[in-house]
Amino acid sequence: MNGLSDAPEPGVALRDTAVRDGLAVGLATAVYGISFGALAVAAGLDIWQTCFLSLVMFTGGSQFALVGVLASGGVAAGGSAIATAAMLGIRNVVYGMRMKPILEGPPATGQTSPMWRRVAAAWVTIDESTAVALAQSNDRSARIGFWVTGIVVFVGWNITTFVGALIGDAMGDTRAWGLDAAAAAAFLGLLWPRLKRVQAGAVAVGAAVVATLMTPVLMPGLPVLVAAVVAVVVGWFDLFRRRSES
Amino acid sequence: MTTWHIILIASAATLALKLAGHLVPAGFLERERPARIADLLTVALLAALIAVQTLGEGSSIVIDARVPAVIVAAALYALRVPFVVVVFVAAAVAAGIRAFT
Repeated sequence: MNGLSDAPEPGVALRDTAVRDGLAVGLATAVYGISFGALAVAAGLDIWQTCFLSLVMFTGGSQFALVGVLASGGVAAGGSAIATAAMLGIRNVVYGMRMKPILEGPPATGQTSPMWRRVAAAWVTIDESTAVALAQSNDRSARIGFWVTGIVVFVGWNITTFVGALIGDAMGDTRAWGLDAAAAAAFLGLLWPRLKRVQAGAVAVGAAVVATLMTPVLMPGLPVLVAAVVAVVVGWFDLFRRRSES
Repeated sequence: MTTWHIILIASAATLALKLAGHLVPAGFLERERPARIADLLTVALLAALIAVQTLGEGSSIVIDARVPAVIVAAALYALRVPFVVVVFVAAAVAAGIRAFT
């Protein structure tokens, strides 16, 4: 994603870049929907429940987490599943706050978007749409990048979720197909791009150790929530910051 | 609580969070410490989910075909192999080990 370009007509070139970035990221992301659909069905959800999550929740990390916790603890772990999904959704609040001034233009103009458009913007506020928008070099391309990515991911993600759910439904014994390992690999893929800083790496290792140690002691689902304390402690005191500025 | 209750409550919560970012005036989460904790929270939860998904089996810790599959996945991510390919290969590694042991 390189938003900068030195083409003779910078406006057009930047807009094209934003559309291209949005399409590329959107299509690549949409394909993950296959794995989500299959894993959700393997966790015991039916096809409609699986598709409802992609339509309404529409934030991959929370969706994978919800079905992951339900897979390990069943309906009894429902509270933990909800809490984990919600906590993973907190980052979308931060994304929304960053996107709002860009989507609405400078406050001096006094313009505000109609409510339906703000709700639509919130609906498609996810890692990918925010990342593409923030990689552009002016507000106009950022808006284009945001909407193209958000809409392409939304449409693609929902189609591939449905396809994945059908595949998962046809699979039968999902362990024999290695779907439990696929779920772990999917979480790792979501975590990987966030590990560039030393602080994040330290939190990841600490949280993994805490969750593992707590697994034999606590009800399924709770070890993950307890591990979140590692983030609060490290974040509050700003520990492990050495070499973290990059 | 049924599965539908869990899905509806969790979806309402995550959607409300998204709307909050766009409708509520910026404030609390823009300060440095809450922003940092929100960021690290994502990392901690994902790492914990990896650990439980790789090693957990109900309330016990089990080392099985998932471990080599996740190690292979990590190596592939380090080589910048795309997400979908890695997830597919991880499933294949675990399935292969289970089929031959």
